[in-house]
Amino acid sequence: MEFVEQIVSHYNQWITIFLMVAGLYIVVARGNMVKKLVGLSLFQTSVYLLYLSPGKILGGTAPILEEGFEVYSNPLPHVLMLTAIVVGLATLAVGLALVVRINEAYGTIEEDEIFADGEDGK
Amino acid sequence: MMDQLPALQVVIPLLGALACALARHGGVAWFIATVVSWAMPVVAWLLLSQALSGGTISYSMGGWAPPWGIEYRVDALSGFVLLLVSIVGAVIMPYARRSVASEIEEKNRAWFYTMYLLCLCGLLGITITGDAFNAFVFLEVSSLSTYAMIAMGKDRRALLAAYQYLIMGTIGATFYVIGVGLLYSVTGTLNMVDLAQRIPEVESTRPVLAALAFIIVGVSLKLALFPLHVWLPNAYAYAPSTASAFLAATATKVAIYLMLRFLFTVFGVGITFDSLPITNIFLVLSLAAMFGASIVAIFQDNLKRMLAYSSVAQIGYITLGIALANHTGMTGGIVHLINHAMIKGGLFLLLGAVVFRIGSVKIDDLAGLGRKMPITMGAFVIAGLSMIGVPGTAGFISKWFLAVGAMEHGWWWIVFLLVASSILSVVYIGRVVEVVWFREPSEKVAEAKDVPLDMMVPALLLVAASVYFGVDTRLTADIAALAAEALLGGVR
Repeated sequence: MEFVEQIVSHYNQWITIFLMVAGLYIVVARGNMVKKLVGLSLFQTSVYLLYLSPGKILGGTAPILEEGFEVYSNPLPHVLMLTAIVVGLATLAVGLALVVRINEAYGTIEEDEIFADGEDGK
Repeated sequence: MMDQLPALQVVIPLLGALACALARHGGVAWFIATVVSWAMPVVAWLLLSQALSGGTISYSMGGWAPPWGIEYRVDALSGFVLLLVSIVGAVIMPYARRSVASEIEEKNRAWFYTMYLLCLCGLLGITITGDAFNAFVFLEVSSLSTYAMIAMGKDRRALLAAYQYLIMGTIGATFYVIGVGLLYSVTGTLNMVDLAQRIPEVESTRPVLAALAFIIVGVSLKLALFPLHVWLPNAYAYAPSTASAFLAATATKVAIYLMLRFLFTVFGVGITFDSLPITNIFLVLSLAAMFGASIVAIFQDNLKRMLAYSSVAQIGYITLGIALANHTGMTGGIVHLINHAMIKGGLFLLLGAVVFRIGSVKIDDLAGLGRKMPITMGAFVIAGLSMIGVPGTAGFISKWFLAVGAMEHGWWWIVFLLVASSILSVVYIGRVVEVVWFREPSEKVAEAKDVPLDMMVPALLLVAASVYFGVDTRLTADIAALAAEALLGGVR
């Protein structure tokens, strides 16, 4: 019972871990290059949650001095994740651009087919 | 002006990249990139000499005092790496003009220089910053521009190499940022000095150990530690020659710098080496790299791939120095960081010259090339000797320090293994020497001749440095020894 409670009370962490592992699994297991990028994106997204959820205090507000509010949430993780979102976006954009070019050059975006082509991709 | 040097180190290439992108014309962009990358060693030299004489420089970005704002720190080690990266960046530039013009289409040339400067900005940023999250941002700036540079290679396999590197590089960077996030949630700070002070209070908690693991694996992916190196050979082999030389000389070195920072400054020897088996892990992986990658290098037909595998092996020597974790061993690791950058940068530039003349680096196409391009191939042999570690060359100095460092532990067998793996590099360098010098020139090379002076001089400079630093070690080994002392002593 205690174990279940622990899981329930830390549900945000479990979601983070699920997203992280699921994303990484897709990257490893899928041969389709776009799907791999989706997995990679999911993996990066899980990090946002990892940073944001410890920064939030239940009942806390944004750190603006105002009468009647004494509990504040830490704003720094949000700022950091704003940066990380931009980085993730840029990575996805570069990745997709590469996939488009690969499709033009090879006529496929399935890794098996490209490596089966006989060229030493590895 | 002098006070603002740390910011200029990063801001100048960033603005230069913007100017290159706006210029759109290859020649103009080359000129901007050259001016910018020649300014960088000056800034780095001023910073290093300031740090050596007056102690660590701390600069608050935007006037926000650390630990709240982002701090830029320059000490012996980071100043040393800054100087290395910026010198390599500057030396390559004159070479780049012809090489890039022959390998990259006109409409993409300005973009190439944009990416080059962005990559330089990212690498310098990782080195100079004292903020763990800021390092992540610069890591991604340099990585993303690297992917684009690699994808500009002529061969269509360059695209695959860039894609593979993108996947693995992003996983590595994300692992790093997960580690930093865990540290932040436990300590509430991102400043490296602050982290170093607060970690001992919570050092055996699970998040800190998990953070250490995530950061080590993430950065190891970036520095191509042995089992995590699979992205490297293709990336170096199919990238444009200029990019190969620049990346081989700088990118992995900066990642190693980041690893040193975290292992020694942030976590401290007390956690990383005394209570965890990091020595053993690094020792096994370094030796595996020294042998595994060297053996693979022997069987490569594409010489750029051969050098790339040899890079993986040489990174093994540097991480061996880290694994030894005593003063002499660390000095060896750090001095090999600079020596290998000179040697590999030079070798890749020389191969770039071969590509420029005959358009191929397949070993069978190069038969008898020594007689047609005597200076290029002669320099290749000298740089090769330096990589093997022949006494009187820079490569010998690093291996000597590593061997002495191993003996201080009483590990004689490592000395034997060092010699044995050097013999493997004799084999793969010797194979090239045999083909280019002792065979009759084939039809392919009949028209070849040495490259123009502006390509030759940069390559020869690096090769000369790889010999010169084998004789005069004041600039390399002495500063490396200072840096190693500071690292092993914790924060100073």
